[in-house]
Amino acid sequence: MNHPTDLRYSKSHEWVKFLDDTTALIGLTDYAQDALGDLVFVNLPEEGDSVTAGEPFGDVESVKAVSDVYSPVTGAVGKINEELLDVPERMNEAPYDAWLIQVENITEKQELMTAEEYIRFYESEEE
Amino acid sequence: MKLIFERGGEGQSCTILPKCDVPELSLETSARKKELHLPQVCENEISRHYTELAKQVYGINHGFYPLGSCTMKYNPKIDEEIAAWPEFTEIHPLQPQETVQGCLEVLNTARKYLCEITGMDDMTFQPAAGAHGEFTGLLLIKAYHQSRRDTGRTKILIPDSAHGTNPASAVMAGFQVVNIPSGQDGCVDLEKLKEAAGKDTAGLMLTNPNTVGLFDKNIQEITSIIHEAGGITYYDGANLNAVMGIARPGDMGFDVVHLNLHKTFAAPHGGGGPGSGPVGCKSFLKEFLPGLQPREEEKGLTLQAPSRSIGAVKAFYGNFLVVVKALTYLLMLGKEGIPQAAENAVLNANYMMHKLKAFYPMAYPEPCMHEFVMSAEKLKREKGVSAVDIAKALQDCGIHPPTMYFPLIVHEALMIEPTETESRETLDQAIEAFCRVWEKAQEEPEKILSSPHYSGIKRPDEVQAARKPVLRYRFLAGAEKE
Repeated sequence: MNHPTDLRYSKSHEWVKFLDDTTALIGLTDYAQDALGDLVFVNLPEEGDSVTAGEPFGDVESVKAVSDVYSPVTGAVGKINEELLDVPERMNEAPYDAWLIQVENITEKQELMTAEEYIRFYESEEE
Repeated sequence: MKLIFERGGEGQSCTILPKCDVPELSLETSARKKELHLPQVCENEISRHYTELAKQVYGINHGFYPLGSCTMKYNPKIDEEIAAWPEFTEIHPLQPQETVQGCLEVLNTARKYLCEITGMDDMTFQPAAGAHGEFTGLLLIKAYHQSRRDTGRTKILIPDSAHGTNPASAVMAGFQVVNIPSGQDGCVDLEKLKEAAGKDTAGLMLTNPNTVGLFDKNIQEITSIIHEAGGITYYDGANLNAVMGIARPGDMGFDVVHLNLHKTFAAPHGGGGPGSGPVGCKSFLKEFLPGLQPREEEKGLTLQAPSRSIGAVKAFYGNFLVVVKALTYLLMLGKEGIPQAAENAVLNANYMMHKLKAFYPMAYPEPCMHEFVMSAEKLKREKGVSAVDIAKALQDCGIHPPTMYFPLIVHEALMIEPTETESRETLDQAIEAFCRVWEKAQEEPEKILSSPHYSGIKRPDEVQAARKPVLRYRFLAGAEKE
């Protein structure tokens, strides 16, 4: 499983890529997409909506279940990845290209993990 | 298989439909642009069509059906027989009340018995099924807070082990959902619940026993935390089969309850039902109940709308014939039979769990109630065989697969509910099948991954079906006349 070292990771299995101090892209990790299975639908917020660290901002649907996606940061939605609305399978094929939202004006963030810490985290969860 | 439209041919007909006894009237021909494409088949083709349909399905009449959380118990034939009495079927919902006293008595008696079983004071039979009952119950909660001008209560607390319908119903009813995590033991985390309960709490929705098959031992503390915060407690009756006649939601501290007559009280379900999701409540909520309620008066039973009713949630009296079936079941089992059914449901589940735990890792190892959850997570990691593969392989053994991937808090979940109506012989055969599949998964996982080998439909493409659903049958070219 692939977890790039330049990203940060949340306990609810989202990745965060900081573009600068107050702007970041958020997506689902490789581990999350693998656990969820084939994704068939994604529900995203609208541009301008605010998101709060630790609270859901959208949901993804696989053939198994619907799951909330949590925001690791507090800020405003600058952009959403509209491509995913039509091609949700992108999240399975290339989880680190398939960002869900870009958050701007970030004022707060959760405690995030490095790739190495994240791998240790989900492995300990599995035991 | 062929559709009915693909059978028969031009000019074929049969006499099974009675002659039309009302005058025929031609519609304006301009209104319809195409001629209707109706099947033209003779009687033997119709008969073959239905036989073929019956061959394509798997129901409780075919064999073991341990679909967890669905209570696929056997539905006694006497229920059908009584519900088919012309006294019940040949009535009209608007005919004068004094001419349908027997039917009103069915509603009134079923209400009394089910209130006794749940510990509620009143009940409506209008909701058509479980989720509809949830929605109705939430409207009662909303109406209650509004009647007190307590408008700040916008949140419904729901444990993360809940059925997905709970949060969906809460959102439909205009509430915000607060997710309450479960503890390691699969029960509600009391500290998290205390943190979440407050002035904005409208209520709590809870299933007990919960979806991992455990009775929440803190149930009275849970309901009092909500009551102290000023909220209303809602009991999802999905798992009542484990406790009916033994423990009452009303005594656990619940104010509103929905039941699934089509699960617990032996009305058939699946394939469109119809179901019935009656909602019971404590007396302080009964003035808000929907529809018309039977009342006992000197001249007999009458139907009256509760004083501050939320209005109708379905036409007339709900699915009345399902109530007839449930009442028949209640009367057949009686006061001794109802708790006995629950005890046997729990016994059967524990018997299977005990026999299977040498093979399948159990999500929660302590004794269960009416169902239990196994996890195929380790098997998936080691052999690549996941819960869905086990389910497919079980089809080859002639049993219906258990519920998979639910509850969400257990990875690769397989949830088994044998119900009380299966004999020990059936359970032993099923246990053997489960063990055979497990052993096969260890020795020849590829055989499990390519299953089912013997069923008519192998592995439908669920992903394509969800991404690009085809919802309408397209007739073969030329079959639709211009």
